[in-house]
Amino acid sequence: MTIVTEVFTGGIRGGTSILYAALGESVSERAGVVNLGTEGSMLAGALAGYAVAAETGHPWLGAFAGAVAGGLLALVHAYMVLSRGANQLASGLVVLFLGLGLTSLFGVTYVQAVAPTFSPVAIPGLSAIPFIGPVFFEQDPLVYLSYALVPLLSWFLFRSRWGVLLRASGERSEVLVAHGHRVRPIQYAAVVGGGMLAGLGGVHLSTAYTKAWFENMAVGRGFVAVAVVMFASRRPIRVAGGAYLFGAALALSPALQARGFGINQFALDAVPYVVTLVVLIVFGRRQLRDVPEGLSKVFDAQPTR
Amino acid sequence: MRTRWFLPALAVSVALTAAACSGSSDSASEDSAKADNAAEGAASTGSGPGAGSKKVGFIFVGPKDDYGYNQAAYAGSQAVKKAFPDMEVLTAENVPEDDNATRVMEKMIAGGAKIIFATSYGHLDPGLKVAEAHPDVAVVGQGNFISKAVPKNAGTYFGTVYEPVYLAGIAAGKATKTNKLGYVYAFPIPQTIANINAFQLGAASVNPAVQTYVVNTSSWCDPAKQAEAAKSLFAQGVDVITQHQDCTATITKAAEEAGKMVVGYHADASSLAPKGWVAGSEWAWADIYNDIVKTAKEGKFTGSPYNANYRAGCKDGKNPFVQSKFGTMVDAATKKLIEDQKVKICKDGSPFTGEVKFQDGSVMFKAGEVPDYAAIEKANTKFVKGVVGELPKN
Repeated sequence: MTIVTEVFTGGIRGGTSILYAALGESVSERAGVVNLGTEGSMLAGALAGYAVAAETGHPWLGAFAGAVAGGLLALVHAYMVLSRGANQLASGLVVLFLGLGLTSLFGVTYVQAVAPTFSPVAIPGLSAIPFIGPVFFEQDPLVYLSYALVPLLSWFLFRSRWGVLLRASGERSEVLVAHGHRVRPIQYAAVVGGGMLAGLGGVHLSTAYTKAWFENMAVGRGFVAVAVVMFASRRPIRVAGGAYLFGAALALSPALQARGFGINQFALDAVPYVVTLVVLIVFGRRQLRDVPEGLSKVFDAQPTR
Repeated sequence: MRTRWFLPALAVSVALTAAACSGSSDSASEDSAKADNAAEGAASTGSGPGAGSKKVGFIFVGPKDDYGYNQAAYAGSQAVKKAFPDMEVLTAENVPEDDNATRVMEKMIAGGAKIIFATSYGHLDPGLKVAEAHPDVAVVGQGNFISKAVPKNAGTYFGTVYEPVYLAGIAAGKATKTNKLGYVYAFPIPQTIANINAFQLGAASVNPAVQTYVVNTSSWCDPAKQAEAAKSLFAQGVDVITQHQDCTATITKAAEEAGKMVVGYHADASSLAPKGWVAGSEWAWADIYNDIVKTAKEGKFTGSPYNANYRAGCKDGKNPFVQSKFGTMVDAATKKLIEDQKVKICKDGSPFTGEVKFQDGSVMFKAGEVPDYAAIEKANTKFVKGVVGELPKN
């Protein structure tokens, strides 16, 4: 396998958990709520997915459970922020550590568990295409699900009526109120739905990618997702590009090392954040026009209604 | 306007740092606070550090169920509990390698413990700090090296991990069909480099064409990076893979799923790879822990072998790092060969018997030289010939 094929394949494989989480964060931020607890939702999803798959013998049941667990953790954030008026950033971090603590506590028994997992399935025909085939069409089912999800979410957010309402709740909720809509239920749905997607990202990490559960196994991927969302302007297709870019950065290190090149892993690990900073600095003003207005209230102690 | 967006970026980086050093929940240390009046029960049988201790404390850097290093250390602590029914064993999991460790150890000492096992590499510095403050308490560190003068009430202990790794390397060298072995490791610490070198030397002793490809992850446990490392190594034609990090399940399962072979480390994980399991190495701490507790309790710690940088190896028959069971693919002839080698290195040989050369061709040990444990620990700073890959750049 050439190094290019290997890094691209690894980029899709490793970027998928980030992609799910970043899609979730995009939905949440479109409704005006920043959720720094994304990493916590990923961990909750990773544990619940692996545990339920181990207990029931069905990875898809695990995937469902992982989404629910991620959503439940996001519900805590939604309640704190939307109903109790907590500071979004503070609440997000609290939810992250809650998720980390809870999963470490309850995950102990599943460190040694063996669960049925998602394995790569080559798609007949498509996988025979040179380069494209092995990169995109020899992946696991959760990767294929994410391929469908990206255009679907894009359509939902920018073309559907529900998407307009969701975005309006994050832009100018007053307009929604004037039109007789209730803002809070929409925002609740967006935050919880975002958490469910992050949970699915966690499921991919534990039951498809690594086939194991270990405490704190997301190791910062939830924050990479938040960074992706920032520089991809909360647009699903750009988010996919960003997630795969960072997946490829992660795949580059072992691919080079296995060929005998020494590299600095710590420098590579910093790539997502450096890219984000550069994008924010270079495109700062243009990015800003794309930011939902509701997010500008994040730094007020007041909730965004 | 723009500054607004630097704030979340800042928050993200702060939060990431926080996440990186999280995972601290020293739950079990609560035990130590229960009975704090037992501290006076000392000095009944002698007066050295740890003499007459009614309690012994263990701190672990990770969870006690990690299928690896910490689980083995925890099992050792439970063996102490069994061997000394009159003693109370205090344990604390997930103790970070910083001032938190000092705090947890101080708490145990306040609760009456006079013998402390600091079981992680990075627990040694906080351990030495505690030892200095409490001359009546014996503090031993697992797997690090006191390079200054050793205090009267402290020491380090460890096994010669590379011995069973060398023997497992022989099994790997026999098993490989592509002559390419893979090694996924966390950090290039001397102990790990010694393992990688011993693995390659063992394999090359039976298969001169064999090479070991190395990939580091820069994390004691990042399963996703491990999964990717395994894929990359398999793509290079590696058909036997092994590792040195705290969580081990991902690599083992990746090998089994890809139809490759795996050599275990830390624990017997043969059940995770029934087809691909070749051999492995695992911890058995009970004897050393019990002996340290006994020595300290009798007031004989100062001047004992444990009041130094103690290294148990197969030469004295006390190596706490032992061979795991063989996989079904290892035939009787190979087992016999490995047994013979074991006898040889334990008697008057060494996995690093010269001539051993570094990657660049310079000599590590001269022909015929049989280095002792200290010399081996000192010399393993670079990879030996046959290892493919560079140490991570700084």
